[in-house]
Order: sequence, then structure tokens, then C-alpha cells
Amino acid sequence: MTPPEQRPSPALREDRPRRTLREAFGQTLVELGAEFPNLVVLDADISGSLKTGAFRRHFPERHINFGTAEQDMLMAAGGLSTTGLIPLACTYATFATMRACEQIRSFICYSRLNVKVMCSHGGLEVGWDGPTHQATEDVAIMRAMPNMTVVVPADAIAVPPLLRQVVALDGPTYFRMGRNPVPIIYDEGQRFDLGKAITLRTGSDLTIIAMGVMVSLALDAADTLAGQGIDARVLDVHTVKPLDGEAIEGAAQETGAIVTAEDHNVIGGLGGAVAEYLAEHAPVPVLRVGVPDTFGRSGDPADLFPMYGMAAPDIVAAAHRVLARKKAAKTRLRKSQGLR
Amino acid sequence: MADPALIEKLETIANRLRRHVIKMTHAAGSGHPGGSLSAADMVAALYFHELRVDPRRPDWPDRDRFIMSKGHACPVWYAALAERGYFPVEDLVKLRHVSSHLQGHPDMRKTPGVDMTAGPLGNGLSAGVGMALGARITGRDFRTYVMVGEGDQQEGCTWEAAMMAGFHKLGNLTLLIDYNRSQVDGKSDDILCLDPLADKWRSFNWAVRQIDGHDLGQILDALAWARDVTDAPTAILAHTVKGKGVSFMEDRHEWHGKAPNTGQAIAALAELGEEWQP
Repeated sequence: MTPPEQRPSPALREDRPRRTLREAFGQTLVELGAEFPNLVVLDADISGSLKTGAFRRHFPERHINFGTAEQDMLMAAGGLSTTGLIPLACTYATFATMRACEQIRSFICYSRLNVKVMCSHGGLEVGWDGPTHQATEDVAIMRAMPNMTVVVPADAIAVPPLLRQVVALDGPTYFRMGRNPVPIIYDEGQRFDLGKAITLRTGSDLTIIAMGVMVSLALDAADTLAGQGIDARVLDVHTVKPLDGEAIEGAAQETGAIVTAEDHNVIGGLGGAVAEYLAEHAPVPVLRVGVPDTFGRSGDPADLFPMYGMAAPDIVAAAHRVLARKKAAKTRLRKSQGLR
Repeated sequence: MADPALIEKLETIANRLRRHVIKMTHAAGSGHPGGSLSAADMVAALYFHELRVDPRRPDWPDRDRFIMSKGHACPVWYAALAERGYFPVEDLVKLRHVSSHLQGHPDMRKTPGVDMTAGPLGNGLSAGVGMALGARITGRDFRTYVMVGEGDQQEGCTWEAAMMAGFHKLGNLTLLIDYNRSQVDGKSDDILCLDPLADKWRSFNWAVRQIDGHDLGQILDALAWARDVTDAPTAILAHTVKGKGVSFMEDRHEWHGKAPNTGQAIAALAELGEEWQP
């Protein structure tokens, strides 16, 4: 039996090499540590999992392990930031965003402290450890906090440039990574700008707006749809907050139908953000693919994703449903114009 | 032993801070006089003797830090900051007003001299641990002082920070415990007793000294002692009286978060030696 660490995540794209984001994170930390002498890395007893070991070996005086005390770690990060340091507090998404929620909200965000909340284990994709360790509300919680920037890289290539920009940014940031190796979807040299969505695939019939591990699945779905004669645009919204309203409004106006895809509750995350934005700026049919407002369960993510309606075929099915709504809306419009 | 002239000066300042607290909470119509009055003597000693601060440079990187973890007691902190020159004394009576920089609980981005936002209890010591670790990493010699009350010590995060500070022997960190044994709902001894409190801190590898938190000589001696301890964080367990200085507020938990009305303010200020009319 393949040990969990090596097993592929449910993202298909079998032809692509895979890497964990955590691994890219750990490697980038060492580079950034050399570049930013005021960078400090904080852990809460899962440094092995967050891959901060290399940073600790290179810069032992700038690494602090708080033990399993996430509230203390986040609040101390706030204190550290007032001494001119840039603390990166590393733990799992559930622990940071829920156990230390108050420290992030009432101190770090309220006081705009330059603390970076660096998390792995976002989403159902955590798999085997089960719902207590699968963060499916974290983006909603972090997004609701004023002053917070929320970043969700889609693959290992996206991590170094986004992380570098996050470190250079003066203000609180939430950086969400998954657990498992995911397909590399970007070429080295791809340009990433915080706050700017990336159009991974052009298309005119509908747009799939995705974040994180779901970007890869969105590309698979778009391939399938292309075979069915449907031309789907794919957007990677690696910065959920601030949301790239221009790209989302453009997608709505130019393609007229939206499917969102996220490894997160459909409430409050990327789907929520996009639906909120479009309701006010460019109302078009929207369908949200994600965790259907329920808790996950233990298991192989390859089994969990289809079980929870979050696999590539589910995105394809959602695309068909949203296109039907788009067509129905057009028909209604034509009828009403004919009657006039 | 501290200089008697210094003690007398600080007693006068503490009394002035108490009078501000009464006027501020009266003007605001809300706020927390009880815990402000119990902390007044220690706050006076910190801001008018112990802390290395410069009101003209509130962001001076080498300044000593003070965190009022029991953030509701900010009226006495604001009074000390104003009297020390961080902002005009006239600002004080605008406490909690929509136009004021003086928030109901301290906001480090609005009020000069406030080193850390506070309010939700149990967080200040962790922030202080961060500052003390930051001093160590950046090679600065400033000290960090944190003041807590009962509520702070009923919250779990305080003990996470206590363990961290003790383990890392943060000799540049001093905790002042305003132990008035009174909280919102009543006596802490009845609600969730903290005793044996000194033993708790000792068991977390802190150096502990117990004092009368209204005796300025003892406060000054303890602060000097804390400065000299370099191989452990220090806790000054100060036994205090909630509402200290105003007879009808003393040891009454009802005055935790209630402002005096005009008659009560007049009476309180008379006890504090000031003839006052609104």
C-alpha cells in the first residue's frame, strides 16, 4: 500500500509532475531568510509538517517553537512584529484560524500587525486525518476580517513568488496551502501578482473560477468540456482577498456564466466572494462547487472529492447546469423583447 | 529602600491619576473605574519612574514596553500617558467619544504611547513574550512590562505564555498582577479562585515577589528587584483593592464596569481631595 505521504491528491492531470506546496514553502523560506534579516519563523510543534526545518538549520536564532500553543504563538507573533521583525506563524489551518481566531482578529488584523499566518492542511484534501484537521471554513473566517490579505496558491511553482510578495507586504496575511502533492500547472517563470487573478485558459462560453488545489481540477474539467464543444475560461484566483473584481466582472460579462471551485465550504469562501461581487456588479448565473456545507470524513482524498461533489466531473456537471441557466435567461430575455 | 521624596511625588501623581479616572468615566457615562483605581499606584510608578520612555518619540525602538492586558483599566493608563505628555490632558474627558482617539479598550493605532491593543483578556502576556523575544533577537535592551488581572489569569492563553516565558528565561519580561480579587460577577475567590497564585507562577519557572500594590515604596523596590533578575521572568504579585481611594467603590465588584453619576463623581473626587463641579 502506498503510504499517504506519496499518494496523489484527487487532482487528476496524471501527465503532470506533482509537488507539495509545503515543500516549496520550506525551500523558499531559506531564500527569504537570507534576503530578509528580520524574518522570523514560528512553529507550534508541527515544524516537520510545515517543512520549516531547513530555515531553522540556517537561522536557528530566528526560529522559535512555541509548542502546541497556537494562541500564544499568534499573539506573540503580534508582539514580535512590533519590534521590527516579520513573523511567519506556521501551523495547520484549523488551529490558526479557529483556535487562534481571536488573536488574529482582535489584535493582528485590528491593529494591522505585520504577521503572516502560514498554514497547511486547508480543505478536505487533508484526507485521512479527518474533519478535525480539514479546514473548510478557514478562508471564510479570514476573509471576513478587515485588513487581512488571503492568498491560496494553486501549485508549488506559485508558492515562491507569492510568498516573497507576502513577506514584502506590510500587513496581516493568511497563506493557505494543502497537504498533498498536487500537479504542477504553471511553468517556471510564470508571473504572479498579489491581487491579480491569472487566466489559465481563455474561453467564451463560461468561466470556472478556482483557487488552490481546485485550479488543477478546473483545468481538467475545461479539457473535458472542450471535448464536448464547450469553451471554458479558467481563472486562478490565488488572492481571494482583495478579490480581483476586474477579472471576475470581465469573466461574467464576456462569458455570461460562472462556476466557482474551491476545496472549502461553499459558504463564505471563494464561491461566496465571487457571488457577492457579481450580485452587485454583474449578475450572471453562478454555481458553486465545493464542500456542500457539511463536515468531511477520513479517507483518501481521491475518494472524498467525488463523494462530496468536488471532482473534475462535478465541475463539468456544474458547467452544464450553469450553461442551461444562461440559455434559459437568454430565452427569457428574447421573449420579453419579442413581447414588447 | 526607595527615596521618600520620590515616594511622595508618586503618591501625588497616583492621586491625580485617580481623579482623572473618576472624571473620565463620569464624562463618558461608562467605563471601568474599579480596576483602574486598583492599578493607579503601579501605573504611576511605571510611567513616572521605572519605564525608559520618551513621550516625544512613542515609536522609539529602544523604549520599554507596557501592555495593559486588563485593557478595560485603560482610563488610568490614558491618564498616565496624558500626564506624561503623550497627548493633551484635555483629551481625557473625551474617553469613549466617537471623536476621540481614546477607545473603550486600548488601540495601539489610535493612541500614542499604547504599545499593544488590549481588551480580550488573557492575551497581553503572549504579546509581551513576543516583545521580549523580539528584544532578544534584535539585540535591544528594552524591557517589557505586562499588567494582568484575575480575568487574564482565568484565560488559558496566559498560561501558554507563562510556560513559554519561563522556559526561555525571559529576564527582560516583568508581569504585574493587580490582584484585587474582584471581577465582573463578584469575588474571584467565589467564581474561580486563583490561589495559590504565587505558587502557580513559581511552578512555571518565574521569580515571584509579593507586595502591597498600593505601597509605593514596596512597588519601587519590587520593580528594582525585577530589573536585577536576569535569568527568569519576574512576577510582581501585587495585593490590591478594587476601587482603591474611593470608599464607596472599594472592594465592590459592582464598580468593575460602571461609571459614577454626577453626585457620585463629586463625592469620589472630594475623597481624593478635589472640590469639583461638572
